[in-house]
Amino acid sequence: MSDAASNLDQQAALTVASGFRFQWEPSQSGYVLLYPEGMITLNDSAAEILKLCDGRTAREIVEALSTQFPDADLEADVLEFLEEAHERGWIQYV
Amino acid sequence: MNGDGSNTYETPQPLWLLAELTYRCPLQCPYCSNPVDFARYKDELSTEDWLRVLREARELGCAQLGFSGGEPLLRRDLETLVEESRKLGYYTNLITSAVGMDTDRVARLKEAGLDHIQISFQASRQDVSDYIAGTKSYERKIEMARTVKSQGYPMVLNIVLHRHNLDHISEILDLAADLDADYVELANTQYYGWAYLNRDQLLPTREQVERAEEVANRYQEYYKGQMEIFFVAPDYFDTQPKACMGGWGNVFLGIAPDGMVLPCQSARDLPGITFPNVQDESLPDIWYRSEAFNRFRGYDWMPEPCASCPERFNDFGGCRCQAYLLTGDPARTDPVCSLSPDHHKIAEAFDEAAERQAQEEAQPLVFRNPRNSGKVTS
Ligand code: SF4
Ligand code: SF4
Repeated sequence: MSDAASNLDQQAALTVASGFRFQWEPSQSGYVLLYPEGMITLNDSAAEILKLCDGRTAREIVEALSTQFPDADLEADVLEFLEEAHERGWIQYV
Repeated sequence: MNGDGSNTYETPQPLWLLAELTYRCPLQCPYCSNPVDFARYKDELSTEDWLRVLREARELGCAQLGFSGGEPLLRRDLETLVEESRKLGYYTNLITSAVGMDTDRVARLKEAGLDHIQISFQASRQDVSDYIAGTKSYERKIEMARTVKSQGYPMVLNIVLHRHNLDHISEILDLAADLDADYVELANTQYYGWAYLNRDQLLPTREQVERAEEVANRYQEYYKGQMEIFFVAPDYFDTQPKACMGGWGNVFLGIAPDGMVLPCQSARDLPGITFPNVQDESLPDIWYRSEAFNRFRGYDWMPEPCASCPERFNDFGGCRCQAYLLTGDPARTDPVCSLSPDHHKIAEAFDEAAERQAQEEAQPLVFRNPRNSGKVTS
């Protein structure tokens, strides 16, 4: 995937899609996304990114995470995840 | 232990709680998943019992909660149960026929925290729909589907498919698109319970199923990203069984209106198993320690050919109810499997249905209502 983030508007505010719920699930010891009759268990990095889908733009999310984890070069991975999450309908523009 | 890996199995936590609040229902679908003798079980758990059960199941690990029935809207305490469930952290699904629903109730449930509504449709045409439902209900369903969407819920439309509506798939999907459904479940009839009673009448031809699936695939492509379409193929047309309920006692916990706890909605009809009741035991005891939940758990109970088949980790040997209905023994390999020594029973079912249809002697549909429930089980 060379141009993974090409379909995502990086300046648009993002939020967890309506009908989806993002929450900590004690029995899974992790974050999950719940939707009609289904559940997606998220790995740690996916959870960190989704936590920030609270009205921030993709750009702002990248910046926030870069501040939080200054040693890692995350931009490409974060944008790729957001792109995919958007395509799957987990997140939407506000 | 054998060449295909170890049988080690550790009981996982349940994820899915299905709360069947009542067996009462204004509809009479002849493929209803309620037990055929439902009319015998008139007792219903109290609000307090349900609240306790909801808490226990959440602590056990359940995250998805379906309120169904019968028709769950007939329970006046539905709002109370939804509110508590939402507080406990469940994703709450209401599985309804939409009969008995009105705009105020939809709003009150929303306020209580209901996450999603699934409405069952019988057909895309009023006459077929009202015939199959055994009740005039089509108009109401359409109206309520629009209300559900306008109040901001995600909406699933569920349509059970059989010989009488499989040829209308494109009309059904056009209707779903017009109603702005988010998901459509095209669920082919599976033949247990009421559907088994009505098998000769409901069983489609292979051509019907294939054509319908083709149409469904086209719509899937067309509505990608807008409306998700699931086509659940009928077991009888397969050669490998599905992992029924994701495995017995593996992810699913069902509670019947009277408090009986079931590893699958249809399991109540299985002979020789006493299912525990939440009025006598705690849910963790039932899930982890009851004989009923351990009966077909994991792999050690399996007969050949399952016992040494590498597929057993994926399909758990198929459906116990199907094995029982077709062979008389719930512990046999699901006859849907081409490796099953009973696989010929499936072909026989098609032949019988075709023959009876040709001779026009198929018995008329047996509608799901208390009178018929009493008759078929007495
Ligand atoms: S399948 Fe039909 S009859 Fe059975 S509970 Fe659902 S709506 Fe009622
Ligand atoms: S033999 Fe048993 S385990 Fe193997 S595919 Fe058939 S049903 Fe599944």
